[in-house]
Amino acid sequence: MVNTKVNLCGITLDNPVIPASGTFGFGQEFHELYDINCLGSFSFKGTTLEPRFGNPTPRIAECPSGMLNAVGLQNPGVDHVITHELPELRKIFHKPVMANISGFAVEEYVQVCEKLDREDGIGWLEVNISCPNVHGGGMSFGTDPKAAAEVTGAVRAVTKKPIIIKLSPNVTDIVSIAKACEDAGADGVSLINTLMGMRLNLRTRKPIIANVTGGYSGPAVFPVAVRMVYQVSKAVSIPVVGMGGVSTAKDVLEMMMAGATAVEVGAANLVDPFASKNIVEDLPKVMQEYGIESLTDIIGAAH
Amino acid sequence: MKQQDCVILENKPLTELVWQMKLQADTSAITAPGQFVNLKLEGLYLRRPISICDWDEESLTIIYKVVGEGTQQMTTLQQGSKIDTLIGLGNGYDTSKSGSDPVLLGGGVGVPPMYGLAKKLLGEGKSVKVILGFNTKEEIFYEEQFKALGAEVFVTTADGSYGTKGFVTDVLKTLSYSYFFTCGPMPMFRAIEAVAQTSGQYSFEERMGCGFGACMGCTCKTKYGNKRICKDGPVLEREEVVW
Repeated sequence: MVNTKVNLCGITLDNPVIPASGTFGFGQEFHELYDINCLGSFSFKGTTLEPRFGNPTPRIAECPSGMLNAVGLQNPGVDHVITHELPELRKIFHKPVMANISGFAVEEYVQVCEKLDREDGIGWLEVNISCPNVHGGGMSFGTDPKAAAEVTGAVRAVTKKPIIIKLSPNVTDIVSIAKACEDAGADGVSLINTLMGMRLNLRTRKPIIANVTGGYSGPAVFPVAVRMVYQVSKAVSIPVVGMGGVSTAKDVLEMMMAGATAVEVGAANLVDPFASKNIVEDLPKVMQEYGIESLTDIIGAAH
Repeated sequence: MKQQDCVILENKPLTELVWQMKLQADTSAITAPGQFVNLKLEGLYLRRPISICDWDEESLTIIYKVVGEGTQQMTTLQQGSKIDTLIGLGNGYDTSKSGSDPVLLGGGVGVPPMYGLAKKLLGEGKSVKVILGFNTKEEIFYEEQFKALGAEVFVTTADGSYGTKGFVTDVLKTLSYSYFFTCGPMPMFRAIEAVAQTSGQYSFEERMGCGFGACMGCTCKTKYGNKRICKDGPVLEREEVVW
């Protein structure tokens, strides 16, 4: 018997597979298809203080081995999430869930974290400082070490739950930002968010996406993600959650060998709604294939 | 929703750019006409959503227009090969509101879902009028199939090369009806909205990420709040549409 358990910031996961925020809603659409309790956890839809419609459509474009999205943090707002989404989520998912939160000012991050800190069933707060599709917030906190540290410190002060800061790849030096988060009290970092990209429609000669730019995700970004997880996990002593193009159980192993303690699965869920479930089921097989008895043994094996 | 590797039973052109594909499929997840399938194609990342034209217990028919890389590739798929398909997506048309003599309006590649809808409404004992709108005579498909169902069929062409010259609304203005159902391009919807005398249902199109409600890629605003075209739609009621 192989052991797929990992420990992420003090909470034991049955396996390291975590559907990524924005690709799994609040779990309902997938619960209709399979028992989502097979997952390690999942990161729910990015939540802000106020309800947001998000960006105009089109929000999606096809890319080589991936996709662009510019949803723009559409969500019903934290109060609605607490009164409507979380009670429904608790009925279908019986493990600690990862709460993904976002904001446009430090104070907003603080207020959302304060509200969610009081909620049962939330294991970790994944603080998104890297959304490339909103203006005047989002990624601007994740591209500067000082701003990243400021958000981290502010949310640290209002919650005892583990804080995982979600980092942007759209930076010159992701390591310095990860370190700044660690120094400011983060319990972990997750990376990578999407890579900023753009596609044009040759007939209209204009961008396909109404927001002009979008975030690139899918298998195409996997090597970039592996490289950044490797660099960051070498430089920090807090756990790293790896993501970016993960589509198979082998990808999970590679991400963990690069230094990830747990692994998020994003775009793959949209193309194959059973992707995360299949990865969980395939893990023991591929572990055996590569002579791995316990997944914790391979974390950072490449270092 | 069901996921299945469906065997292609038939894949043939109906006009220069419009093709018909029949798939062997477990159709138990299809609950209403106007729903769609989402197809995984070789070498393309996102699935391609295509409306369901007709179905029985073990097969379904889709009709698609070649407009880009995905639909171009679909024309090359051979009978007997398999295609990874998500079946029974979206809400579909609600026939309970149709009254006794609804009118169905299909424009171009918006015609296919009208077929399954006409079949259902006729099966419910309703009198069905269908207005099919095309640009030219060469683009017309499925006129005979709608007639064979027992619907009263009107065809319009923009250039006047067949049927009534003009648009579906030129015929709609001359008819009496209890309700309308439609699928087609936005300009046609706006024209219908301007002249329709009754309540009705529109089926909308949008670029989708997943097709099953997870990614929020296709959200639109309605008078009843935000709706995902793929999951809460594609069919919206006239009263809720924000134009």
